[in-house]
Amino acid sequence: MSEPTAAAEVTPAEAAPGAPLLDVDGLTVRLPIDGIHRPVLRDVSFSLRQGEAFGLVGESGSGKSMTARAIDRLLPAGAEVKGSIRFDGSDVSALTGAALRQYRGQVAMIFQDPRAHTNPVRRIGDFMTEALRTNLSVPAGQARARAVDMLGQVGIEDGERRLRQYPHQLSGGMLQRVMIAAALLTKPRLLLADEPTTALDVTTQAEVMAILDDLRREFGLTMLFITHDLELAAAICDRTAVMYAGQIVEIRRSSLLHDDPLHPYTAALAAARPDIAQTAHRLRAIPGRPLSAFEAPLDECAFAPRCPHAQDPCLAAVPGLTETGGGLSRCVRTQELRGKLQVATDA
Amino acid sequence: MPETGVAGATTPAANGTAALAVSGLRKEFGPLVAVDDVSFAIPEAGSLAIVGESGSGKTTIARMIVGLERPTQGTITACGNDRSRPARSTRDRRRRGREVQIVFQDPYTSLDPRQNAETTIDEVLRLHHGWPADRRRTRIAELTGLVGLDERQSRALPRALSGGQRQRIAIARALAAEPRVLILDESVAALDVSIQAQVLNLLADIRDETRVSFILISHDLAVVRQLTDEAIVLRRGKVVERGPTARVLDDPQHPYTRRLRVSVPRPGWKPRRGKLPAAGEENPTP
Repeated sequence: MSEPTAAAEVTPAEAAPGAPLLDVDGLTVRLPIDGIHRPVLRDVSFSLRQGEAFGLVGESGSGKSMTARAIDRLLPAGAEVKGSIRFDGSDVSALTGAALRQYRGQVAMIFQDPRAHTNPVRRIGDFMTEALRTNLSVPAGQARARAVDMLGQVGIEDGERRLRQYPHQLSGGMLQRVMIAAALLTKPRLLLADEPTTALDVTTQAEVMAILDDLRREFGLTMLFITHDLELAAAICDRTAVMYAGQIVEIRRSSLLHDDPLHPYTAALAAARPDIAQTAHRLRAIPGRPLSAFEAPLDECAFAPRCPHAQDPCLAAVPGLTETGGGLSRCVRTQELRGKLQVATDA
Repeated sequence: MPETGVAGATTPAANGTAALAVSGLRKEFGPLVAVDDVSFAIPEAGSLAIVGESGSGKTTIARMIVGLERPTQGTITACGNDRSRPARSTRDRRRRGREVQIVFQDPYTSLDPRQNAETTIDEVLRLHHGWPADRRRTRIAELTGLVGLDERQSRALPRALSGGQRQRIAIARALAAEPRVLILDESVAALDVSIQAQVLNLLADIRDETRVSFILISHDLAVVRQLTDEAIVLRRGKVVERGPTARVLDDPQHPYTRRLRVSVPRPGWKPRRGKLPAAGEENPTP
């Protein structure tokens, strides 16, 4: 869009200068649902700078986990993929054999439920050192020493003992720390974190988030952080993308997301959460329910049916993701509504 | 550190007409003490939050109140009737069902997959009230309307409904018994933010309209703030703090409550890395 004022406001965080580490461009994914290929992701584009923490926020069915799976080449069989995913300049979808294995060594993933991603009959040490021993041919003794060292980094002091334990002997928070340590052992460049703290208690979540935040800075890691919690993403990510019905509706510097949101959905999501500091007479619930990408209308704004600001132009076409105020918004009324979408503190 | 906070607010001695009162409640599982000397009372139309993290004993308390676990020690009284011991007869058990109902966290496992909302509610009305068919039909329409289910949703099987819609059925089913106390055990935790707000508003309306008392079991302090007047904070089975919810959250006295409070993400929040507490000794107080 030709808009000089907006361009002038662009800060380094939004501009992503230089070659990005990860570049997702026009990603559309269709999966067979009831025998017909239906979209689960629609025209998803974003790029991550080296060392950046980027949040991906959305409700169930918004496509945030599917985006991570597409990046890690873990889409279900039968998926139709359009658009491109480039990692460090090379096309991820074209990778095969050794190149694909090497790519997976550079991209680590941590999940919501660590227990579902560990083998209950294998010891922690066996699980943690497997990639080092088999992929990188590190001798077993050395691999264990590196595992103990990495456990120390995530705040687990008695690493030697932990390596001899089984997953069931560790609490959820402890096991998630082990997963983070295991993910970092192969020195990845990109960390895909899919709701890594959702199943944890709040105090444990704070602890695990602090560890992730420290380590990604220390190791210069780029992180894609997926969560349903807007406040959590805003607190720890440099930039945050908000997804709705398989589309990105807003990308914004995290520090501006709460006070100066660009898209009505972002504002509505923030306003719907109860406030720990005060009791609202009524919460500002968003009417209806979140749509999955495959249910969303193809010729109008997907959020329009639930949006308090929807007007005729919103129903005329799917809005593009356009630049405004240093961010990106998929709303035709962004300019008019800017500044009127703040989350009011009274109810 | 002993329990802190304003005494009397939710202590059993403070009232004679509590909808629900528990006193000196204790539950042991082998060597583990899951619930240790817990007492509280809730007046009619009152609301109490039980706040705590996993393993704090909050769900065990709920299970003892509804009769799914038997207390090792202590008493539970609902509407003046003791329920510390298992019900002796079907009649007794049904009466207890009309005193206290519960809505569980997971609407995917707490509904019968072969029953739609109408037959689910109808069964409760038949068993608890023994009403004729036309009266039941009227009441089914009222209840499904109250929780915001349309006609199609009321006749659909759970598998065709979303989590939020299923949770509405679970709430309608609980209300069908016309209980005096409704226990919400993490009932909104699994819902999407936009749906969670709808269900929280619905629960506030129900309380205004029916004067039912709530026990909200939750780890989510913002939800607790929204829905309850009083709160107790539970840690390893013991109450560490109690008082009006606003006071407990705005001015927490116990170090553990303070730690819970600062762990909640908010604008400008930076997670701080503390020392890793080893199991069994993470209490920051000397």
